[in-house]
Amino acid sequence: MATAPRFWRENPSRYNLVGFKCNSCGRTYFPPRAICPVCHRKSVGKMEEVKLKGTGKVYSVTEVQDSLDELNLMKPYLVAIVEMDEGAKITGQVIDCDACDVTIGTPVRVSLRKLSEEGPSGIIHYGYKFVPVKEKAPEAQH
Amino acid sequence: MRRVAVIGIGDTEFGELWDESFRDIGIQAGLAAVADANISADKIDALYVGNMSAGRFIDQEHIGALIADYSGLARDHIPATRVEAAGASGGLALRQGFLAVASGLHDIVAVGGAEKMMDVSDIESAMIQSSATDQEWETILGATFPALHALIARRHMHEYGTTREQLADVAVKNHKNGSLNPKAQFQREITRETVLGSPLVSSPLRVFDCAPSSDGAAAVVLCPLEEAKKYTETPVEIIGTGQASDTLSLHHRKDICTMEATKVAAKRAFDMAHLTAKDVDLAEVHDNYTISEILAIEDLGFFKKGEGGKATEGGLTALNAEISVNTSGGLKARGDPIGATGLAQAVEIVTQLRGKADKRQVKDAEVGLAHNVGGTGATVVVHLFRRV
Repeated sequence: MATAPRFWRENPSRYNLVGFKCNSCGRTYFPPRAICPVCHRKSVGKMEEVKLKGTGKVYSVTEVQDSLDELNLMKPYLVAIVEMDEGAKITGQVIDCDACDVTIGTPVRVSLRKLSEEGPSGIIHYGYKFVPVKEKAPEAQH
Repeated sequence: MRRVAVIGIGDTEFGELWDESFRDIGIQAGLAAVADANISADKIDALYVGNMSAGRFIDQEHIGALIADYSGLARDHIPATRVEAAGASGGLALRQGFLAVASGLHDIVAVGGAEKMMDVSDIESAMIQSSATDQEWETILGATFPALHALIARRHMHEYGTTREQLADVAVKNHKNGSLNPKAQFQREITRETVLGSPLVSSPLRVFDCAPSSDGAAAVVLCPLEEAKKYTETPVEIIGTGQASDTLSLHHRKDICTMEATKVAAKRAFDMAHLTAKDVDLAEVHDNYTISEILAIEDLGFFKKGEGGKATEGGLTALNAEISVNTSGGLKARGDPIGATGLAQAVEIVTQLRGKADKRQVKDAEVGLAHNVGGTGATVVVHLFRRV
């Protein structure tokens, strides 16, 4: 079982999708990284915190039947790589939907949820998951 | 740089080796390789050991010294180095041994690989294996090791029309080859129906799309090519070595249907050997999942991108077909004791190039390739071998 700081220090990105933008080339990265892999040394000191909008499309998706320990109660669950509108790709669960409703290209938005808990009295971890964006209801078009 | 030859090979059975410890299997493979090389162990100048996670599988680190000690070499004080790159640990250890001999620093080098996976529960084993991927940004979010390969499979099916049946055909072929290998973990043939009827692990991948957990070890002995004939009548030269890295997380790749590190490592090895993919007679590729073999045979240049599934379905990768892929049974049927896998690939290629592969012998085999992957492709090692 890991200590609290190991998870706590990642909270800005896990709770608020904070990534880094390279102000040399304009590319956005998530999670934060200190050096842009395209600009190398030119990017040093030019990486700026940026909060992603939280919307994107499913790039690939799978339904996990056989999960690791902490997520056993959730299975089966969907895991996707989501391509965010800013261009960065992120791995996360897709929830509040049936497996058949999610395919490559499905639009999703981020939602803060419980990721896992370390036993009945351990730390509870929160972070991003994705929910499919429903098509607009008819009345919203007026 | 000196030319380097393999003069000895040794391996254990792969599988659930309840009676044997990590050190037992490590020594068994090493002794077999030393006996095969016809040398005395005190001739060994240095030792490299590929191992992914003894610390978590058996609570034991400091594996280099442990294997040197139980090989009876403690009083010789040889340099003993453990090499780790997840699933590519074995191939990477072989590369370190190659570099040590090629550089002229050492003459006779033993390279081993070992993993003891059965001493922990299945769930613990799965968690250890997933530590090859990004714990903070993949695993904690629910992406298991099979799930990441399922994401690759789904995308490959979407982009290239690869079918569920074509994935199954990889497992069917590799089990068929495994049925001809007396050291394989699985020596029974299976059918498409076996694969398609097995439980889902992570859609679209099923149990029979996945390589097993295994205990096992494998080893080789290297020396300068010019001295090889002193020890063996059938030396095999390592004519190319290539290593490449990539992003640790799968989602950071521009295109998850291509393992760029495979392409780059292969190019480096082919350039060094002055050969191309067309010159290869047989290949041991890293089929930890059926989709992995399809990516491998495309990215190594045997087939065009997107045509790996069709080539497999058409039988082009079967024993003695266009190119013989995973004649040992591959990770799927031969077994996958992680740190040993890269060395087991080398042992199979050398066995084939010596013409000693019995029922699974590739006819007139001259050039063989070994392709070893760590994680979802963040480390790839490719070696090329030629009959001398």
